[in-house]
Amino acid sequence: MSSRTTLIAPAVALILMLGPILAGLAGSLAPAFGWLPVLGGDAVTLDPFRALFATAGLGKSIMLSLAAGLVTTLIALLITIGLLGAWSGTAFFRWIERLVSPLLSIPHAATALGFAFLLAPSGWLTRMISPDLSGWSRPPDWIFPHDGLGLAMIAGLATKELPFLLLVSLAALPQVNPRRHANVARTLGYGPMSAWIYAVWPRLYAQIRLPVFAVIAYATSVVDVALILGPTNPPTLAVQLTRWMSDPDLEYRFLASAGAILQLAVTLFALLLWWVGEKLTGRLFRHLAVSGARFQQDLLLRGAAAMATIAAVLVMVLGLAGMGLWSIAGLWRFPDAFPATLSMRSWERQATMMGDPLINSVLIGSLATLIALVVTIACLESENRSRRKTSRRSLMLLYVPLIVPQVAFLFGLQLLFLLGGSAHSLPTLVLSHLIFVLPYIFLSLADPWRSLDPRYAQLAASLGCGPWVAFLRLRLPMLLRPILTAAAVGFAVSIGQYLPTLLIGGGRWDTITTEAVALSAGGNRRLIGVYALVQMALPFAGFLLATALPALVFRNRRDMKPVHG
Amino acid sequence: MAGSFALSSGASFAADLDVKDWQAVLAKAKGQTVYFHAWGGGDRINAYIDWAGQQVADRYGVTVKHVKVSDTANVVSQIIAEKAAGKEEGGSVDLVWINGENFASLKEKGLLLPMSWAPDLPNYQYADIDGKPTLTTDFTIPTDGLESPWGMAQLSFYYDSAITTDLPKSAAELLDWAKKNPGRFAYPKPPDFIGSTFLKQLALELAEDPAVLSSEATDATYQPVADKLFAYLDELHPHLWRQAKAFPDNVSSLKNLLADGETEIAFTFNPSDASASIANQELPDTVRSFTFEGGTIGNSHFVAIPFNANAKAGALVLADFLLSPEAQAVKQDPQVWGDPTVLNIASLSAKDKARFEALDLGIATLKPEEFGPALSEPHASWLTRFEADWTKRYAVQ
Repeated sequence: MSSRTTLIAPAVALILMLGPILAGLAGSLAPAFGWLPVLGGDAVTLDPFRALFATAGLGKSIMLSLAAGLVTTLIALLITIGLLGAWSGTAFFRWIERLVSPLLSIPHAATALGFAFLLAPSGWLTRMISPDLSGWSRPPDWIFPHDGLGLAMIAGLATKELPFLLLVSLAALPQVNPRRHANVARTLGYGPMSAWIYAVWPRLYAQIRLPVFAVIAYATSVVDVALILGPTNPPTLAVQLTRWMSDPDLEYRFLASAGAILQLAVTLFALLLWWVGEKLTGRLFRHLAVSGARFQQDLLLRGAAAMATIAAVLVMVLGLAGMGLWSIAGLWRFPDAFPATLSMRSWERQATMMGDPLINSVLIGSLATLIALVVTIACLESENRSRRKTSRRSLMLLYVPLIVPQVAFLFGLQLLFLLGGSAHSLPTLVLSHLIFVLPYIFLSLADPWRSLDPRYAQLAASLGCGPWVAFLRLRLPMLLRPILTAAAVGFAVSIGQYLPTLLIGGGRWDTITTEAVALSAGGNRRLIGVYALVQMALPFAGFLLATALPALVFRNRRDMKPVHG
Repeated sequence: MAGSFALSSGASFAADLDVKDWQAVLAKAKGQTVYFHAWGGGDRINAYIDWAGQQVADRYGVTVKHVKVSDTANVVSQIIAEKAAGKEEGGSVDLVWINGENFASLKEKGLLLPMSWAPDLPNYQYADIDGKPTLTTDFTIPTDGLESPWGMAQLSFYYDSAITTDLPKSAAELLDWAKKNPGRFAYPKPPDFIGSTFLKQLALELAEDPAVLSSEATDATYQPVADKLFAYLDELHPHLWRQAKAFPDNVSSLKNLLADGETEIAFTFNPSDASASIANQELPDTVRSFTFEGGTIGNSHFVAIPFNANAKAGALVLADFLLSPEAQAVKQDPQVWGDPTVLNIASLSAKDKARFEALDLGIATLKPEEFGPALSEPHASWLTRFEADWTKRYAVQ
């Protein structure tokens, strides 16, 4: 392959991901400054921003968004550190490790709904202890979820982000050689946790810093979770501007566009604050590390880390179980811990309605995943052949779609597609999913691909095989497992997309997720339970296939069995 | 200018499709796909639309795709966006479930099929035009045949008779009741539809002269009414569910709160909602309905065709089927949906009459004579102001 052709794949990848984002941002930027001739905005003005800053409660909305981003990430990260530092290598840890992938495949909205079903004043937990233990024959009048400080939203988001941070940490850990570093620190007399935190954590954090940024960015601008668990008077900035964008009064589009730009600024500010926090903590720890304190007694801290993890896992699992129970519940009144009667009626009724949404979800998800896989593998293969490693800076570009808030560019993108007359078509919809699917697939596949021993290919070349033979007969089969795992991740990402499907698909493309959100507006918990379970089953099936297929293909290849560390 | 625009598009539409020539409409509709944008939050409603779509497909060869909308305002916004993008033909919405404010907004902006078509539908002859004035004036705006009636609604309250015994029969009594039962009443946050309806109900009851609400609000007529309304709400809010620091989302959340025992009185616009929810095992069978003695707000809901609809003939055929005695009777069955009919039962054939007479409206549904008078909706301009003021006063805490 000539050097020119090896550049094509990365270029295509960048255009697919960054093109729509830049175009969409431009589409948001122009109306924010009053310029959108089709709506009668033909002068550049600051009026939309003036109207935005005159909105009552805007300051509180911004604070809520910042808190959602920073506090959520901090909590999830602290639990991750605690778990890794205190429990790596134990049976408890292996048990958590096995749970990570299934927990990751629960969509955000389903986690949030499960959280609310479990912890609301009339939720499953109070039902379990009422009236005997609590003395409540009526639900207590607590503001939770929707509490003014956003605690329910933050707790729900942190619960959901924990498996993600754990997964990226687990993937990065082998590269930082944790055992050797920790052992050195242990021999110097540090307690198990402090040894790990001093010797391993800084190295690990350098590896997972970008995913952490992605979590911050996601949590500052999330819409569905904030709707389900967040405060209402006022809501977070992202929720507020989603409402403006769907107002029948078109004047609100200017306000919403200005809001989208503000959202981008808020997200970037949250990242800046985090970055400052990183520097300060780094300094503090350097100070602590030379102070001589060795923290040998850390049993309490280890216990806290385990408790927090167990609580998060329990909330997710029980929340899901609660939704499953609701989906087959007959009448289920407070304070009964279990429904009075059970019935399969909701499932039977929905079975006939689910056909199209299921087909659409699988179709869109498969197309986006397939395209993203081809592009990613082409990128990585061209890297192989040109012997050039992707630089750190181009890795940053991969994270752009994960860091720029969806609401900041999707509305602009929708307007552009409408003006171009191609809105609501399958290709544009798949393209809009690809923006989010591609980076996840690239990030999942890049490390395993790069860490495949190059000597296999050298050996093949010495036997006279060309690069295509090495690719088709060596790399592809040997990397089948990570390729399928990456595909499952990409498929799961596509299944979870709500805003792009709604805006770019124009309501024409019912998916399980759009259906789930439309039905959750109806508040019928039996239906919400049904759809949340199906919504979770789809990505789960993807992960299952990704594990089962290699086992089948390699059933008589002993050395291709997965290695259990 | 707007008139000439309406006239010319109407003429061009009429040239290729004449609603009075129903056979031609049917012929043209055959094979078309109708994208019907309708709220998708209720499984019984979704199942009903699915049923209607199958009937229309079997009988007339028209495919119906139900686009499940979570808020009808989004549909309005989508049609506006298409207009802005210059999409005059082949729009994405063929038929939309609509009423009141959204109709007013679409009609005012000229975004509906610019011709009177509803009265020419074959089944329109059975519509109870004389007995139900809300079929021709939607929120005081004349429908002008731009939308076809689909269902009736009147505000009614419901409660669990096993828990609650003292029922407030007016806005004033409701305030006293809330003070005696703190945290046990709630209303959804406007601009949610049912939350806004509650504000209008209060305004009508509290106003010195309710008649002023039937014409456009002016600064002079608005202020005295608003003063009374917000004085009432200021007094009510500390006694509401969560001390009014959080509000339920919509009519369904209101029902869930009652089902969970968090609140004791809920309300709905569909008089058989409570019976249907009992049938659906969402509410216990001890739930009953009541209404205010001075009457409650009543209105109708409709289906309308946007100016740039792609399958206009198919949309007409679907609208006509939805209005047929058969479809209306199935819709009024609480086991199916429970939405009251817009038809004049007396005008129907013996066979169709029997369909309605066979219906069991359910244990928690008020009989027509148990309802107080149906109060007319205020002019749409009132709600716009109420909502703006409500947001200013209560939306930020």
